[in-house]
Amino acid sequence: MPCLEVKNLTHYFGGLCAVSDFNLALDAGELIGIIGPNGAGKTTIFNLITGIYRPTKGVVRFKGKDLTGLRPAAITVRGIARTFQNIRLFNNLSVLDNVRIAHYAGMKYTPLEGILHIGRFGREEERISESSLELLDRFNISELAETEARNLPYGMQRRLEIVRALATKPLLLLLDEPAAGMNPSEVHRLIDFVRIIRKEFSLTIILIEHQMRLVMGVCERIMVLDFGATIAEGTPEEIQNNPKVLEAYLGQEAAV
Amino acid sequence: MMTGSSFFLSALAGLLACCIIQRYKLINPYILMVMMYVGINIILTASLNLINGYMGEFSVGHAGFMAVGAYVSSILTVRVFSAQYAQWFFPLALIAGGMGAGLVGMIVAIPSFKTRGDYLAIVTLAFNMIVKSAIENIDAIGGPRGFLGMHRLTTLPWIFIWTVLTLWIIRNFIYSNYGRGVLSIREDEVASELMGVHTRRVKVLTFVISSFFAGVAGGLFAHLLQFINPNSFNILKSTDILIMVYLGGVGSIIGSILGATIFTVLLEILRPLQVWRMVIMPLVLIFLMLFRPRGIMGLRELRLFVPEQYRKAVARWRLKRKKYDAVS
Repeated sequence: MPCLEVKNLTHYFGGLCAVSDFNLALDAGELIGIIGPNGAGKTTIFNLITGIYRPTKGVVRFKGKDLTGLRPAAITVRGIARTFQNIRLFNNLSVLDNVRIAHYAGMKYTPLEGILHIGRFGREEERISESSLELLDRFNISELAETEARNLPYGMQRRLEIVRALATKPLLLLLDEPAAGMNPSEVHRLIDFVRIIRKEFSLTIILIEHQMRLVMGVCERIMVLDFGATIAEGTPEEIQNNPKVLEAYLGQEAAV
Repeated sequence: MMTGSSFFLSALAGLLACCIIQRYKLINPYILMVMMYVGINIILTASLNLINGYMGEFSVGHAGFMAVGAYVSSILTVRVFSAQYAQWFFPLALIAGGMGAGLVGMIVAIPSFKTRGDYLAIVTLAFNMIVKSAIENIDAIGGPRGFLGMHRLTTLPWIFIWTVLTLWIIRNFIYSNYGRGVLSIREDEVASELMGVHTRRVKVLTFVISSFFAGVAGGLFAHLLQFINPNSFNILKSTDILIMVYLGGVGSIIGSILGATIFTVLLEILRPLQVWRMVIMPLVLIFLMLFRPRGIMGLRELRLFVPEQYRKAVARWRLKRKKYDAVS
C-alpha cells in the first residue's frame, strides 16, 4: 500500500482549472519533486492535500485513509506537515513558542487544567518545552530560542519553518519552494539539510521547487506540471531530456 | 509553581487593605466609587483584550455580555434569593451571571467562527443591539425603565478579589497550550491550523471565557449602581471598553490594567470641563494611535505576569543539559 495516494485530483477556482486529474502514488521513504512554471498548480496541490482547499473532484488517501473533507488540523495530526512558499512563521512569538505551538495536538491536559495551572499542566509544559528545545538544539537554533521569530535572518527563518513542521511529528513532509531567495551556497546547505532530516526522521518528502540544482540534486523522481496538468514524470535524467518539459519552460521554439 | 508565593502574599495584603478601607471608611466615598469603577473596567478590558488583543479578532459588542451578566445576577439577588441572605449568595449570583453571559457568548461564537474573516465585528455589533432591544421589550424585568431593587452588595474587597481572579485566570490561560493557540491564530491562522491547532475550538473557548468575565463585571456593576437599564449597555459602553483596550495595549495584561485605570481616572479628572472632555478624550486617542498604534504596552508584558515556568524554561533546560553532559 502506498503511503500517499492521490487519484484524479481536480480543482477549479471559479472557471479556472488549477489542477486537473493529478495522480500520485508515493511509497514510504520516497522523495519526489514537483516542478513547473509559475501558476502551474503546484502549491494548489499542497493546499488540497493539507485540506486548505476542498478538491472539486478526486481523492487523497494517506496510509489507506481518505483525507478528503477533513480539517487541516486533523490532517496534520494524521502525519502530514508542510512549509510555505512565503515563510509563515508566528512572527511576534519567540522561536521556542513557534515550535511549542506545533505540539498543540500532543498536549494531554484539559482547558480547566490549563486555566488553573493544576494537574498535568506543569509536567506537560515541561515536557514540550524540553522536546522543543532538544529539537531546536539539533538544528543549532537553541541559542536563539528566546528571540522573536521575525528577528531571525532569512535562511534561519526557512530552517525554523522546517523545524516547526518536524515538531508535529510528520510522516510526510511537504516542502513548498524551500530554496526561494537563497544563494547557491545556502541551497547547497539546504540540500544537505533535507537529506539529513529525511534520514533521521525517516520521512517521505514532496518538494516543490524552481531551482533545478536542488531538485536534480536530491529527488529520485520528478513530476512536471503545466497549467494544472501533469506533462511528464520520471527520473531527473529523463526529465532533463524531455521535449515537453523544455517546451513548458522555454517555449515551443527552443524545444524544437 | 505559580508566580511564587510573593504574588499571593501581595494579593492577600491588597485584599486586607481593601477590607480595612471598606470597614473604617478611610477614603471618601467619591474616590472609593472611582476605585471600584477602575476595578470593573479592568475586568472588562482584560476580558475583551483576550479576543481583540491576544486572538486578533475584532469584537465590538462587549457591553452586550455585560448586560446579560448584570440582569441575570440582579434578578437572582432581587427575586430569587431572599433579601437577608442576598449578600451571602452574591458570589454565586455573579458566577451565574458570568455563566449566562458565557452561554450567550458560545451561541454568538459558534456561528460567527464557522467562517474566517471580519464577520465577528458585524455579528457582535448586531448582538449588542439585539440584547439592548430584547431587554427593552421584556416588561417583567422593567423594560426600558430599567431594573432596580438590588442592594449595594459590591464592595471594594469584592472588586479586588474578582479583578485579581480575572487577571490570574487570563494570565494562566494565555500561558498554556490553548493560549499559545490563541496567539498563533493572531499571528497566522492558516499556519496555526496546519500546526495542528483546532482553531475553531480555541476561538470558541476564548470567546466563552471572555464573555464570562464580561458577565461578572456586569454583575458587579449592577450591584454597585443598584440600578440598571438597557441604555447602560449600549454600543457606546462597548466603545468605551474598546478604547480602554487600545489605549492600554493589545495583548498585554499590564496594558489592560493601565488602559482601564487611565481612561477611568482621566474621565473623572476632566469632569469639570463638562462637554469638552468628550473632545479631549478622542484627541488623546488620536495622538496615541499616531505615536503608539499598539497602545501603551502593546504586546509587552510585565515580568510579574509571566509564569515562572515560562520565563525560566530555557535556563532550566540549559542547566539540565549541563548536568547531563557532566555525567556522561
